[in-house]
Amino acid sequence: MIDPLFLLEAVVNGVLLGGVLALLSLGLNLIFGVIDIVWIAYVDLVMLCMYAVYFMYTVYHWNIWVAGVTSVMAGVALGVLVHLLIISPILSSPPINQLLATGGLLFFIQSFATLLWGTDHRSVRVNLPVLEVGGIFISFPRLIAFALSILAMLGLYLFLTRTFVGTAIRAVSQDRDATALMGANPLRLYLVTSAVGGAMAGIAGALLVIQYAVHPYFGGAFGPLTFMICVLGGLGSMFGAFVAAFIMSQVISVGGVLISTEMGYVVAFVIFIVLMFVRPGGIFAKRT
Amino acid sequence: MLELNRITSGYGAFTALWDVTVRVEAGEAVAVVGPNGAGKTTLMRVISGLLPVRSGRLVFEGRDLTGEKAYDVVAHGIAHVPEGRRIFPALTVGDNLKMGAFLPAARKHYRESLERVYTLFPVLAERPTQRAGSLSGGEQQMLAVGRALMSRPKLILLDEPSMGLAPVMVLRLFDLIRRVREEGYTILVVEQNVRQVLKIVDRAYLLEVGRIRMEGRASELAEQDFVRKAYVGA
Amino acid sequence: MSWRRLAAALIIAFLAVEPFLPLGRMHEYLVHVIVQIFIWSFIGGAWSLMGRFGLVSLGHGAFLGVGAYATCLLWNFFGLTPWVGGLLAVLLTVALAVVIGYPCSRFQVVGHYFGLVTLAVSEVVRLLIIAERDWTGGSLGVSLKPAPSDSSVWALQFADKRVFYYVAMVLWLFGLWVWVRVDRSMASRAMEAIGEDETAAASVGIHVTRFKLGITVLSAGLTALGGAILVQYLAYANPDTMSGIGVSLRIVFAVVLGGMYSLLGPSVGTALTIALSEFLRIYFGIKLIGIAETIYGLVLILCIIFLPSGIFGSIRDSLRRRPVSQRIISA
Repeated sequence: MIDPLFLLEAVVNGVLLGGVLALLSLGLNLIFGVIDIVWIAYVDLVMLCMYAVYFMYTVYHWNIWVAGVTSVMAGVALGVLVHLLIISPILSSPPINQLLATGGLLFFIQSFATLLWGTDHRSVRVNLPVLEVGGIFISFPRLIAFALSILAMLGLYLFLTRTFVGTAIRAVSQDRDATALMGANPLRLYLVTSAVGGAMAGIAGALLVIQYAVHPYFGGAFGPLTFMICVLGGLGSMFGAFVAAFIMSQVISVGGVLISTEMGYVVAFVIFIVLMFVRPGGIFAKRT
Repeated sequence: MLELNRITSGYGAFTALWDVTVRVEAGEAVAVVGPNGAGKTTLMRVISGLLPVRSGRLVFEGRDLTGEKAYDVVAHGIAHVPEGRRIFPALTVGDNLKMGAFLPAARKHYRESLERVYTLFPVLAERPTQRAGSLSGGEQQMLAVGRALMSRPKLILLDEPSMGLAPVMVLRLFDLIRRVREEGYTILVVEQNVRQVLKIVDRAYLLEVGRIRMEGRASELAEQDFVRKAYVGA
Repeated sequence: MSWRRLAAALIIAFLAVEPFLPLGRMHEYLVHVIVQIFIWSFIGGAWSLMGRFGLVSLGHGAFLGVGAYATCLLWNFFGLTPWVGGLLAVLLTVALAVVIGYPCSRFQVVGHYFGLVTLAVSEVVRLLIIAERDWTGGSLGVSLKPAPSDSSVWALQFADKRVFYYVAMVLWLFGLWVWVRVDRSMASRAMEAIGEDETAAASVGIHVTRFKLGITVLSAGLTALGGAILVQYLAYANPDTMSGIGVSLRIVFAVVLGGMYSLLGPSVGTALTIALSEFLRIYFGIKLIGIAETIYGLVLILCIIFLPSGIFGSIRDSLRRRPVSQRIISA
């Protein structure tokens, strides 16, 4: 049988992983919940932000926090750019065109990154200790990433519930015309939503790059996982994505320790398929 | 205050309003009545900017607002309480009212406006954190009106406020509209419930199949002929 | 339009005898490209059976992968002739299609949501293939074990590519025949009704779940068949070129660009996208790795934004000056 301490470590790591996965899923879900378009290339935007941190910190030796802020700013810029150039023109197109546009973006970003930086894996090495708590080892960067992702999600929550713009964003996802009657420009709200989604991608990028190496096909691993989490939690439901992220991260982490890393992912995906049967709308389904 | 001058508008190939001229003076309460499908809601949507105009002019307080977008029209002081209320169902009562005050000018007086609305509608004050979608029809209507008041408008458009309400609620609703009117707001209300609405307005227009057929003082029009016309459409 | 007839006749004549035309060194390459176009057009057509009725699957890579790998592995490990192996692969894929399709059909999972679910499934298949590297070869792929003799109908392997040329052509024509049969059937009317308004369709007695599932199964099965033939031709299977998001998206792109609602749309789109990617590959060669793909992606995005009804559709629009009816699929 497996060492219980090992298992506990897997559980803890699962929770820590869940934090960042939740952050990723929330960004994607926010955009879908409001604008009704899935950004298939979302995690590839995260990948670009990861490169931003890599260059700022590892290559140009800026302070890590500055690099992190750059990542967020890059995320916002990317969110706005994608919205203006790609999303705006296709807002009223049929869903298939919208999916293909963001899908085409995925191709474009991945190959553009390959063109610019090659396929080498780049790491951001941060000199932080590995903590030992009661016999289990926790990577400090991972812990910080978790803490910051919780903070970011809290920030998002406060933004959406306490500010006027945030409330307007929630309103426009429920009734676009009525929102216009309040004096709020729905199209501008969509732009803000994309910017916020981009910011979340930027934060996630900064948090991921200190744990994982970045390369142009990074989206190939985390992308489908993020989609799966969103679908599992009920596309459009922020709370659902939050919960689903932690469920999936646990399965991956514990499964990875019990069987193998890849099979951990596979088991998570299979559970996803099974749950599709049980609750096809997702655990906390809100929109179909 | 508000003048619609020979407005023609519609949806796609269909024309819903022909050459409509309507005037509302400051401080007045005016009604537009007519049978189903006459174009009353279309009229409201034209005024608030949700629907573009094909020909004609829309002038508000001397400013030409023809063709302006809905979110800009609100800033000029016109609040539209849409047909069917259109409150935000997943937001709380408080958030709905907050949305009403989205305009920068309205935000400055947010607390003050909120107080006023809560005083006018104590029912809303009792349940600020309740999900708006779970309110009763009458409560939702109050919320919709309150939300409109939050933008500190000069003119309030009410589109079929009594629709879907129980008779008891309808009476309370019209009483409410009268009180709002007394607060000093100018009101343009579109209604199918002719009898009730004529009791609270100064003047009324009869809209039939997209054209204004009749207009006059409410007291004069509350006679049999007009009412029969509005109900039967003949 | 007699010049159109002439053009069509010329193209048909060319395709019929192409393998025998003396084109020198270009010859083998051209045969290779056209075989790929035939097979991928077939697969695209299979996808369009679902796509034209509003079931936008982004996961056909799953069906392709299962079809290809099952056929290949059954031959490699059990010596099972691909004639049977392919059939088993198709059945396996059909089972998968039912597993995914049933809950989606029954519970009205449509639009973006359906796209995302199918996307996830194709990635599951891809990762499963990589994970089970002991017998699938993982991300390095797996080669088809060579048959005892050079050319064997039993093993469906032929040294002479020209045989495959005609096999692929037959497959492609078969796909066109299926498309026409579906288009003219009751199922087509039913699916259109379902696409417009599921509840209304159900209220008229149309068995919504059965039709949606039926179309899904047909589409998946055909795709698997395409995968089986593809792996026989290439004699090699790789998880990234035969399953996963990349493949799924490429299939959909080709069809949408060519025109999702017409018989030849998928073929035209596939021919164009394959021609484009081959051109870019040749032009850039090995300098600037990634530039070909970058331009490819950019072209695709621009086409989606500026040519929403596809190239075929747009050309038809401008020729007829009458907008092709494009059903708005409400999400």
